[in-house]
Amino acid sequence: MTLLAVRGLTIAFPGFAGERSWRPVVRGVSLAVERGEIFGLVGESGSGKTLTALAILGLLPPNARVTSGSVELQGAEGTVDLLALGPRELRRVRGGRIGLVFQEPATALNPAYTLGFQIVEAVRAHRTLSRHEARDEAVRLLDRVAMPDARRRLDDYPHQLSGGQRQRVMIAMALAGGPDLLLADEPTTALDVTLQAQILELLEDLRRDLGLSVLLITHDLGVVAETCDRVAVMRAGEIVEEAAVEALFRAPAHPYTRALLAAVPRLGALSPVVEKREERA
Amino acid sequence: MTPPLLVIAGLRKEYAVRRGALRRRTGTLRALDGVDLEVAAGECVALVGESGSGKTTLGRCAVRLIEPTAGRIVFAGEDLAALAGHELRRRRRRFQMVFQDPYGSLDPRQRVASIVAEPLAIHTPLDRAGRAARVAELLALVGLAAELGDRYPHELSGGQRQRVGIARALAPGPELLVADEPVSSLDVSVRGQVLALLADLRQRLGLTLLLIAHDMAAVEQLADRVAVMYLGRIVELNRRAELFRRPLHPYTASLLSAVPVPDPGRRRDRIVLPGEPPSPLAPPSGCPFHPRCPSARPRCAAERPPLALVAGEVGEVEECGRMVACFYPGELSPRGVRNGQGPS
Repeated sequence: MTLLAVRGLTIAFPGFAGERSWRPVVRGVSLAVERGEIFGLVGESGSGKTLTALAILGLLPPNARVTSGSVELQGAEGTVDLLALGPRELRRVRGGRIGLVFQEPATALNPAYTLGFQIVEAVRAHRTLSRHEARDEAVRLLDRVAMPDARRRLDDYPHQLSGGQRQRVMIAMALAGGPDLLLADEPTTALDVTLQAQILELLEDLRRDLGLSVLLITHDLGVVAETCDRVAVMRAGEIVEEAAVEALFRAPAHPYTRALLAAVPRLGALSPVVEKREERA
Repeated sequence: MTPPLLVIAGLRKEYAVRRGALRRRTGTLRALDGVDLEVAAGECVALVGESGSGKTTLGRCAVRLIEPTAGRIVFAGEDLAALAGHELRRRRRRFQMVFQDPYGSLDPRQRVASIVAEPLAIHTPLDRAGRAARVAELLALVGLAAELGDRYPHELSGGQRQRVGIARALAPGPELLVADEPVSSLDVSVRGQVLALLADLRQRLGLTLLLIAHDMAAVEQLADRVAVMYLGRIVELNRRAELFRRPLHPYTASLLSAVPVPDPGRRRDRIVLPGEPPSPLAPPSGCPFHPRCPSARPRCAAERPPLALVAGEVGEVEECGRMVACFYPGELSPRGVRNGQGPS
């Protein structure tokens, strides 16, 4: 069953002539995230993947404008078009039905407040709980993301955590509103490979245990191969190919996907440059 | 075999940790805890490891951007650690550094040509016209169009900026290049180009390269030998192909298995290490890796395994020493690597 359906989404910025000429930077993007699925959106810097995500949540920069398309979210009360919602309703969706995980856990957390304060704030924004109950909920959430020593950690500040732990806190906050969908924008890019493996495993656990859907935005095809069920490849504002992960890696249809796959250095497959040198030696 | 161009022996770097109003010394952070490494002329040695393992500190100590606490850095037969001031500066033209961040390491107020010309003004007797000619040569060498010399760094793409950083490092004609994560801030498609450029320059100019990287795939394209670092020490040192085919240290095996592979069929065999690297302020007893090691035994918590040569198997020709700091080497293999069989 489809949870999130983006149809014909076009996002434009004002051109040189200002408001009179709009320049589309994301053009007619359509994608559908099923329930319980990890959907990968890959592309290089500037391909429009982050803008697409921001548009889903109504978080586009003030000068950007959605010129056409719809973003439909399935819920118990039927389907809502997120683009048509007012600010109040949208706030309930953001962090409520859709949880957000950003790339830089170091800047996405407020350095001046304790983790407990920030998680409790996220919990109480979406649920009516007393401070005390919300604090218990915060501990439960931190346990859920496998944060060691959760209760004691509540009084720590973000700088006291390592990068991997900060990302766990971000995920805990994203889970606070009991979301159906996690929108994760490059969640492991700032992390070492060993910690990246832990966070990807955590996302898979959450999907399995909570039935979450994940829209995973990444530039790393390796990450896609390891975690996603389906994937869409973006280039210059358009989706050039969408496929099940096995199919995409077995038989990439679009030349750009093939080029992107060829550019990923693989362990065990030496580049011709190096092999030439070895022959000579 | 050619004599080593760079010999690092017993290198240590400690930082004092001070607390409170009196700034009393409350502890010692050992960023480098006794590192020995030899780099032959024309060789590329890669330093890999997680953040905080000391690889950048080692790279910076090697060119004395950081003062080591103890140990020797012998470059072309001379101990750099013993040199100071003018004497050290005169030798700097022979070893240069390429920095990780092509945004932060270029002066935003200088044009590209003047950035690349600055080391020439310091290290060579060239006059203005001579420098301009050399800058043009260098830009061509790193694959930049001559007219980019008039641009400012913000007008360039990330890949172009990194090429400027490489041109600047090559300007005084160094023998050794220390490249600290030269491609990790670039897009995949550009990464390959910059790695290929480094490989090409190495061959053409006969450069010796100390490559600092956490991206194993980048390492595989360039390095002859790989040194794996953990908590300020080298835990495994081997020729690249051998290390990737048959990692001996369990940390190397886990690191290799954590690299995402663009092949959905392989996803189930990765070794996910528990926890995070321990703090160098309070290193664990015994082997520093034992709290996270999947095959740790009681001995690992009690004794620290030294970095020692591993004997080759019967019939195997040992060209250069495989070294590993582990009591039970070779027990853990990453996915796709079983019984010493390489991935197809």
